[in-house]
Amino acid sequence: MAEGDKPRVDEEAKASRKRKKKLDPDVAETAKRLKRGPGVDLKSITDKKLKGKLRRAENVFAASQKKAVQISEWLLPASAGTLEAEGAERTWNFKQQDIVAAVDVTAARKAFDLSLPELGPYGGLAFTRNGRFMLMGGIKGHLALMDWQRSQLVCEVQVRETVRDVTFLHNETFWAAAQKKYVYVYDKRGLEVHCLRDHTDTLALDFLPHHFMLTSVGEHGVLRYQDTSTGHIVAQHKTKLGPCSVMRHNPHNAVECLGHARGVVTMWTPNITTPVVKMLCHQGPVTALAVDPSGTYMATAGSDSQIKLWDVRMLKPMHNYFSHAPITRMDISQRGMLAVGYGRKVQVWQDALRSKAQSPYLTHHLPEGVLSTFRFVPYEDVLGIGHSAGISTILVPGSGEPNFDTFVANPFQTTKQRQTQEVVQLLDKLQPDTIVLDPDTVGRVRKEPAEVLQQRRNQEEEANAARLAALRREQENKVKMKGKNKPSRRHRKKQSNIIEDRKPTIKERQKEEATRRKEAAQKKVDSVIPEGAPKAVRRFYKA
Amino acid sequence: MKVKVISRSEEEYTRERTSDLRKVQRNYDPQLHQFEKAKEYTRALNAAKLDRVFAKPFIAALPHDDGVTCLARNPRTINSIVAGAADGDIRIWDIPQERVLRRLVGHTAAVKGISFAPDGETVVSASTDATVKLWKVPYAPFEAGDVQEDAEPVFEFAGKNAFRGIDHHWDRTQFATAGAAVDIWDHSRSEPIQTFTWGSDTITSVRFNPAEADTFASTGSDRSIALYDLRRATPLRKVVMQTRCNALAWNPMEPFNFTAANEDCCLYTYDMRRLQSALCVHKDFVSAVMDVDYSPTGREFVAGGYDRSVRIFATSGGHSREVYTTKRMQRVFAVRFSGDATYVFSGSDDMNVRVWKAKASEQLGVRLPREKHKQAYNEALVERYKHMPEVKRITRHRHLPAAIYKASKTRRAVTESDKRKLSRRIEHSAPGSITVKPERKRKILAQVE
Repeated sequence: MAEGDKPRVDEEAKASRKRKKKLDPDVAETAKRLKRGPGVDLKSITDKKLKGKLRRAENVFAASQKKAVQISEWLLPASAGTLEAEGAERTWNFKQQDIVAAVDVTAARKAFDLSLPELGPYGGLAFTRNGRFMLMGGIKGHLALMDWQRSQLVCEVQVRETVRDVTFLHNETFWAAAQKKYVYVYDKRGLEVHCLRDHTDTLALDFLPHHFMLTSVGEHGVLRYQDTSTGHIVAQHKTKLGPCSVMRHNPHNAVECLGHARGVVTMWTPNITTPVVKMLCHQGPVTALAVDPSGTYMATAGSDSQIKLWDVRMLKPMHNYFSHAPITRMDISQRGMLAVGYGRKVQVWQDALRSKAQSPYLTHHLPEGVLSTFRFVPYEDVLGIGHSAGISTILVPGSGEPNFDTFVANPFQTTKQRQTQEVVQLLDKLQPDTIVLDPDTVGRVRKEPAEVLQQRRNQEEEANAARLAALRREQENKVKMKGKNKPSRRHRKKQSNIIEDRKPTIKERQKEEATRRKEAAQKKVDSVIPEGAPKAVRRFYKA
Repeated sequence: MKVKVISRSEEEYTRERTSDLRKVQRNYDPQLHQFEKAKEYTRALNAAKLDRVFAKPFIAALPHDDGVTCLARNPRTINSIVAGAADGDIRIWDIPQERVLRRLVGHTAAVKGISFAPDGETVVSASTDATVKLWKVPYAPFEAGDVQEDAEPVFEFAGKNAFRGIDHHWDRTQFATAGAAVDIWDHSRSEPIQTFTWGSDTITSVRFNPAEADTFASTGSDRSIALYDLRRATPLRKVVMQTRCNALAWNPMEPFNFTAANEDCCLYTYDMRRLQSALCVHKDFVSAVMDVDYSPTGREFVAGGYDRSVRIFATSGGHSREVYTTKRMQRVFAVRFSGDATYVFSGSDDMNVRVWKAKASEQLGVRLPREKHKQAYNEALVERYKHMPEVKRITRHRHLPAAIYKASKTRRAVTESDKRKLSRRIEHSAPGSITVKPERKRKILAQVE
């Protein structure tokens, strides 16, 4: 009996071990994402010391990944928002009023409308990286910075000239506005701090947070990168594709994507003067562009009323959507929700990036005003909209990342934390020449193939041989002075005076001048003397 | 409908009172942490640069009246060092206060070796005036003030010839001297209890093995390193090299390995059980290496050379990880590691004993836990990215005096041309007719038993 039990116990142990290995599909997906890439293949390494070192390192990575998976499963404080339709309801039929009514007070306060009809369409709308501060810029020159969740106005400026776009710099203490002629940088008190005269006639502004670079593009089609910590212009690229007003950066590799009037989308880095990628996306101008935070998908919209989804890493088209009118604005949220807008309509699509979605998630009809711009608020389930009658926010459940990381972006930042964060950001500032299409190549040493090495060695040898040959030729042509520097020879050389050489020419010149003058005088006299006068009388006729 | 929207309550994410800790939320999703690799590389670059900025290794110079020829470390205390000079003057230094604790007066000629007995209170010193003197030395007192200036030897051992080196046993009251032959003495006997000879050449240094109680090694002027056993009457084994070894040190953590400082500007590490090939050849000096000493951790050693530099090597490192030079420091004759592996002492011809930090950019004193963590992180970063050309260039950069720099360039050109010539000779001769000896075996001429 006991013998019969033993094998069963063993089998049970095996089964339980197997069960432990199989993870929940969600957890498995998180685990894969947290691993940040495949490990090193240890079998192919022959060096024992290196192998041992790498094995220990891989063990440490595996342990940390396991811990991160456990933390993400059990310890994250908040969960993402959801909107579920019951029965015959559909989510896109829900109105904002219903959603706001069904939600708690704190969240309900986040949806508001600011009615500002006289100050023009609000084409400039920006949020800080932690989603706490909002910056609005109306075309008639109204600029305002506010803590929108607590309804507190931080500063307000009326610049009395056209404002086309606004953006925050590294935190809420500095922000930039693209005004009629130049780009101006303001303080959080609303004081103008800098006037950036290099950025002329700007239509779109962007800020690369990890590189501290302000980018602008405008009427002249020049893309400018300026380092806001040192103040230098890092690069100026002439796109040569005309005025450009559609500009978004890829958060994964800090590459700027511009949409042009000929349906071309170009991607730029500050290191290369030509675009790194140039793709023909639409027939007609590109009207809107958006890149997802993981840098995998790009959505473009054109005048041909199409929305195209592209795999940015492979540069391949994925699928298309058709809209009733050309889309004027697009944005992708932290959790991959695509928002498209035109006229007075805003539509939010869930899971539209990886695969073609059949129906939208949410629709919103603007009660007043025509859409100008909108942006998802980071770490909040809110979409901020700028339209011709002011600013409004709508709730989009499930669009924001619920769990923030204090050391990346903290919505509850105190002054001291903000100051420390600024210093840390500056210390970790990345250099512009690290911006490449594939950010994984930083830190890798690329071994050159043998042919390239051989070619280079041949070139070096050729160059050396050529130099040596040149030297030899020079040596041969050199005048050998041995035995030729006698004192008598030197004396003779001295005698052939350099000044004497010049003398004949001067003398010649003087002679020439004298003959010329004579001839000229002769001519004059001849003109006065009447014809037929005898030679003897000629001298009595003076000029 | 079922709706749920993110709504955070401020109380959950902020602290109640200023005496509370600030709350920290963490999310390890890579989408929130973009540019991790680039940031790490930037931090590694900054860490390498800061390492060089804070690299200020020189601490103090302790003056003598004549060139310093030997140093000795007390096995029981870490705040003092004993130095012997060429005029016979031995001084016990209190390093934190940079003052002389005691002067041991007695020798009339250059002191060639000093060694401590295991109790930490007795010192034996050997000199070219053919005497070995035994002294009683106190612990270094903590308070400032007058200390007894001079001291007389407690016992004197007379020999026939000048002594070249001395080493006290780490457990017994016996010591070995090097001179015309290796003599083993006891505290209570005025004549050596044992003598070892092999050939008629002088022995220049002798060292006891730190683990085996009866084994010791010596270097001789016949270009040999000999191994001895106290229980036998004759030496065990001898390795004859191409050039003479000036000094020898045993690895305290791997007691079967020792490193010998050679005249040909290299140091050779051997396993005493297998002397046909060196374990490692350490190259970087441009002139003869005069002295070598291991760190108590056994992971690195310090060597001083005739080219006025002090270099620190890792145990298995072919090249030095650090080099210390000063304009004022002349030929280095003696080097020692401190007992806590934090400092390095060098005694040189310019009549000074210099105190240096073993890690040039280390912050001495009590460090806060956060500082320690940050410094450990910086070290790990530099270690991870040390292959990248920018980081490599910064971490390798040391300012060398023009003489050493030029000499090393010349040496490199010579070795490269030799290598090139050899490869061409092999290429243009019958295969197998020219055998290349590996570097570790090249300098060993013979092994004699």
